[in-house]
Amino acid sequence: MNFSMARSGRTLIVYIAGELDNHVADEVRVRIDAEIMKPPTRDILFDFDGLTFMDSSGIGMIMGRYKKIKALGGKAWIICDNPNASKILEMSGVFRLIHRCSDIHDAV
Amino acid sequence: MNENSYIEGRVEINRLSTEFYAKSCNESLARAIVSACAVQLDPTLSELSDIVTAVSEAVTNSIIHGYANVTASRDKCTVRMECVLYGDAMEVTVTDRGCGIENIEKAREPMFTSSPEMERSGMGFTIMESFTDHFSVWSEPGKGTEIKLFKIFNSLSGAKSGGESKCENMTTEP
Ligand SMILES: Nc1ncnc2c1ncn2[C@@H]1O[C@H](COP(=O)(O)OP(=O)(O)OP(=O)(O)O)[C@@H](O)[C@H]1O
Ligand SMILES: [Mg+2]
Repeated sequence: MNFSMARSGRTLIVYIAGELDNHVADEVRVRIDAEIMKPPTRDILFDFDGLTFMDSSGIGMIMGRYKKIKALGGKAWIICDNPNASKILEMSGVFRLIHRCSDIHDAV
Repeated sequence: MNENSYIEGRVEINRLSTEFYAKSCNESLARAIVSACAVQLDPTLSELSDIVTAVSEAVTNSIIHGYANVTASRDKCTVRMECVLYGDAMEVTVTDRGCGIENIEKAREPMFTSSPEMERSGMGFTIMESFTDHFSVWSEPGKGTEIKLFKIFNSLSGAKSGGESKCENMTTEP
């Protein structure tokens, strides 16, 4: 898994490429949460361009971060074109809460 | 009806068994093994990722739930995974000797999780069920859990014996 973060204004951008499973979800969670705590974070964008695999562990990780962002009064977006991951996100209702977008300009 | 009736008429062509420690680093290993077995049957990318994802769910469950509160020594905490290949399909059996499931019906409900504090979403069983053609759970508290995941590779149907014919998905292979 390849993980990095960046900022654009009040939006925290999280890049995850490769495989997002239970084994790596904990580390990702801790690193994102540390960044969410820092002002002026309000919104989050998950950039999953380059994601090759995700299972339900990813859903838990995303929903957990969504709840934190919502508590800050912010919004969440997701970029994802991997068909397998999209199917899972769709199935678990994530797209009903987190807007799907095609790039960062679309989101912010 | 025989509980294995979905296998009837299919001929086993290959089999591989593995057993590994219930450690999260083995989740990707399990996926790689299943993927390597499945490619022998030339599935489509979508069929391949379906079975790989379903197996990832089962193996992860064994590791995080099955052996959640173990006091036994680590070498007793293993997950067994068996891949059986048929002409046009594959069955993967994932077994642990962990705590087992008290109420299977409840556990299979979408969004049910016994570990919300671990940020689990309760989607594992739902994913296993919808990504496979046949799915079963055997579990007994104190004994362990066995999951069977059966996936038909429709792209091969008709091209090899033993499959139901699904012409719309048939490959151009002679
Ligand atoms: N191998 C197992 N051993 C013991 N309990 C299990 C096992 N597999 C599943 N369970 C129980 O069934 C419940 C539902 O499993 P399921 O995979 O659907 O959701 P989850 O693992 O809790 O969350 P998610 O899979 O979305 O991360 C689990 O919370 C757990 O209580
Ligand atoms: Mg699970």
